[in-house]
Amino acid sequence: MSGHVQVVLHRRARPQDGVAFSLVVPSDLSLVGDAVELAARHCDVGVLSPRRLQFNLRTALAEALANAIAYGNRHDRSKLVRIEVVCGPDAVRIEVADDGNGFDPSLVPDPTTPELLDRESGRGLFVLRHLVDTIEFNERGNSVCLVLRAG
Amino acid sequence: MGFSVSKDPRGVVIVGVDGQLIVGNRQELKQKVLDSLEGGTRRFVIDFTKTGYIDSSGLGVLVSLSKKVREQGGDLRLAGLNEDLQTLFELTKLDTLFAIAKTPAEALAAF
Repeated sequence: MSGHVQVVLHRRARPQDGVAFSLVVPSDLSLVGDAVELAARHCDVGVLSPRRLQFNLRTALAEALANAIAYGNRHDRSKLVRIEVVCGPDAVRIEVADDGNGFDPSLVPDPTTPELLDRESGRGLFVLRHLVDTIEFNERGNSVCLVLRAG
Repeated sequence: MGFSVSKDPRGVVIVGVDGQLIVGNRQELKQKVLDSLEGGTRRFVIDFTKTGYIDSSGLGVLVSLSKKVREQGGDLRLAGLNEDLQTLFELTKLDTLFAIAKTPAEALAAF
């Protein structure tokens, strides 16, 4: 394992504003599971139902982080992935940014077509879109913002 | 966290996925199944009863393992998916590629 996951908690002005924190993750896929657990534990503040916390948040974050490490930073361990999480009263908002050149999400083909169905890879973005309430990429395509509404 | 491997009296290998099947541990599952395949096992049940989440890399490794097992004349079945995991297989249409049973016992009985 190279490097480790760093968590920084941010002070919120009022307790009712919820919890905010950042994670900095070296570009090593073996760290994805630990980073997801750390984030999920800090998000366990009652905004999301236990089921959505267990499944939607964990899976979505694992997808976004793995994409950032593999396609964004191309496994370059000198590059980091930065995750900003805000667990507010209405939603959990997660931003995952890598140091890569970005990509055009509209060019990623639908992995459920018959000719792609038995491929080993290419499902990440498709799965991610179905797990969250909104997903937005920045213009460069190296940062994605995921929102899971409360409940 | 990890994988448990057991064998039923008829030689079906059951692999339990404890925790998650994701990009960081999928290689371990792959190796366990391929080792058994090499050792002559042809029937597999992957048991997700204790699984919290599976990412797209986890789905991908199941697709490739299933293909490899079928090429050797075998069969790899899935069991114990909770409602969310079942939905994941349905929305990716992977439910059409796999035989999915409610429980490991049902998957074993179907062989």
